[in-house]
Amino acid sequence: MDPVLLVASIMVSATPILLAAIGEMVVEKAGVLNLGVEGMMITGAVVGFAAAVSTGSPVIGFAAAALASAVLSLSFGFLTQVLLSNQVATGLGLTLVGLGLSALVGASFEGVRAPGLGKLWIPGLAEIPVIGPMVFRHDFMVYVSLALVAGVWAFLKYTRAGLILRAVGEDHESAHALGYKVVRVRLAAIFFGGACAGLGGAYVSLVRVPQWTEGMTAGAGWIALAIVVFASWRPLGVLIGAYLFGGVTVLQLNLQAAGAKVPVELLSMSPYVITILVLVVISARGVHGAPGSLGRSFHAST
Amino acid sequence: MKRRTLLASAAMGLALAAAPAFAQDKPKIAFVYVGPVNDGGWSQHHHEAAVKMKEHFGDAIEMVEQESVPEGADAERVLTQMALSGADLIFTTSFGYMDPTINVAAKFPDVKFEHATGYKTAENVSAYSARFYEGRAITGYLAGAMTKSNKIGYIGSFPIPEVIRGINSSFLHAKKANPDVEMSVVWLSTWFDPAKEADATQALLDQGVDVVLAHTDSTAPLSVLEKAGGFGFGQAGDMYDYAPQPRLSSIIDEWAPYYIDRVQAIIDGTWTSQNVWQGIGDGMVGIGEITGPVPEDVKSTVLKMKDDIAAGTYHPFTGPINKQDGSAWLADGEVAEDGVLAGMDFYVEGLTAEIPN
Repeated sequence: MDPVLLVASIMVSATPILLAAIGEMVVEKAGVLNLGVEGMMITGAVVGFAAAVSTGSPVIGFAAAALASAVLSLSFGFLTQVLLSNQVATGLGLTLVGLGLSALVGASFEGVRAPGLGKLWIPGLAEIPVIGPMVFRHDFMVYVSLALVAGVWAFLKYTRAGLILRAVGEDHESAHALGYKVVRVRLAAIFFGGACAGLGGAYVSLVRVPQWTEGMTAGAGWIALAIVVFASWRPLGVLIGAYLFGGVTVLQLNLQAAGAKVPVELLSMSPYVITILVLVVISARGVHGAPGSLGRSFHAST
Repeated sequence: MKRRTLLASAAMGLALAAAPAFAQDKPKIAFVYVGPVNDGGWSQHHHEAAVKMKEHFGDAIEMVEQESVPEGADAERVLTQMALSGADLIFTTSFGYMDPTINVAAKFPDVKFEHATGYKTAENVSAYSARFYEGRAITGYLAGAMTKSNKIGYIGSFPIPEVIRGINSSFLHAKKANPDVEMSVVWLSTWFDPAKEADATQALLDQGVDVVLAHTDSTAPLSVLEKAGGFGFGQAGDMYDYAPQPRLSSIIDEWAPYYIDRVQAIIDGTWTSQNVWQGIGDGMVGIGEITGPVPEDVKSTVLKMKDDIAAGTYHPFTGPINKQDGSAWLADGEVAEDGVLAGMDFYVEGLTAEIPN
């Protein structure tokens, strides 16, 4: 087994869930639990595919996917933030809507070819032996996803806006008392989360597979949700989680293809076992990690 | 997801309103699919056959369909619901529906069931399956003849007899075309997950495989092969869109004649439980046109093989064949019994992987 090819395909396989998970992490940091990731991903997959095929440009496809999923996520935002509906139920509804809508929109795109997305060799770095072909010869979305993780980390840690977002997520009453617009901050976070999920979905239909098939995200959105918990709401944790989840999938397929005698079932379940262990460890330490107001509706009484 | 069910129920409602007097008499035929009806493969072809059947009978019957029903407890719930809502004949079109079908059938003795690709039957449950291994012999031979690296790959869903037969048949015939060929098998534990199917194809390509046989339901492997320059085959459907590269040929499921036949039996009141297994000769397994850079002599060899299989003069499992551990299975000229094939749980000699539990 060639470790260079292995790492390269792990990066491709992890990118969709990384994009979706980093978006969802921001949403949850703002105190909103959006279980509609799967629905937004599949919407991004179909819209991105349709736009890329129609225009011949994968870049436009990704932009359209991000926009479509973000707009869809705003319907969730409107229902939960303005009309104060239950976030869990509305999120599940969003997933069902996304799956149905995408099947409807995508019907005419079955069997159509997507325009290819060229590899972007990072000048200089791509020539490094071993590391170059592993890390620096991917399509631009892989770098976008990594940049997003770094961007989110810096935003939450160093900027005033990031601090406000975290404050809203930790204690919306206090944030409101301090004069921050809780609902507006949350809507912005939901919009961002939707856009990221859309990018992740479009990456599946434009790069990883590349074709449109109904139901093609096949649960990636739920894995993204699990990764956020696994990461205990930290950007670096999201990165590690996504590469771990994506990596185990690809690793077990490669081990099988290479004829290695490994217990495939054990390997497949290992990320989930690790997630549970992480949760146990966090609870035992008493540091919860979850934003204080996660999943709670906010209604300004005054 | 439930769009088709909604449409079907709406149509049903209209039919009931228009002709209440006849509604009771019309046989109601139900179909359950494991994937979406436009997966491009397995479920789509059952659905298309169902639609053909409906066109054949027109208003004489009612038809309901439900897609993307997970195998297991959900299937039992869906089947119970269908039986309660007055279905006369229910087609359950995936291997994993076998036990749910048998369980629900026991509770509704007046409802007839037809289970695809399984081996359990009951008074009111028929089993029907296609001898896909006959088609796998053809695609396996083509794979062996067309590989340049002498490495071919097989993407399996679950280690059930149906898939193991396909692996063995493909490998035996790949070996006939090319004695040096090696085959890697990757199990996905799913019938339908395009991203995973694509990853598996990529993993095989990374190992130097250049021809991939897929036993899952989507066209994702062909998409990846197209980009990477490898070869593959249509599975369940013709997948002619992918000719001439990567598609070399295809195994096509032809369920419509069987569906029409069985629904007719319901209308005539002659339905009895049976266990049928039909192949190329009966028309249930079709072989798509051979495309791509297949040399003429290879082409004529496989077409001859196809005719011989159809005529019954050649059986894809004809001895001498040893089991994986080297023990003898079939003596020279001996043909495999259907009973052994139906429960096949071993690899033939030359395959290096192990069958997962």
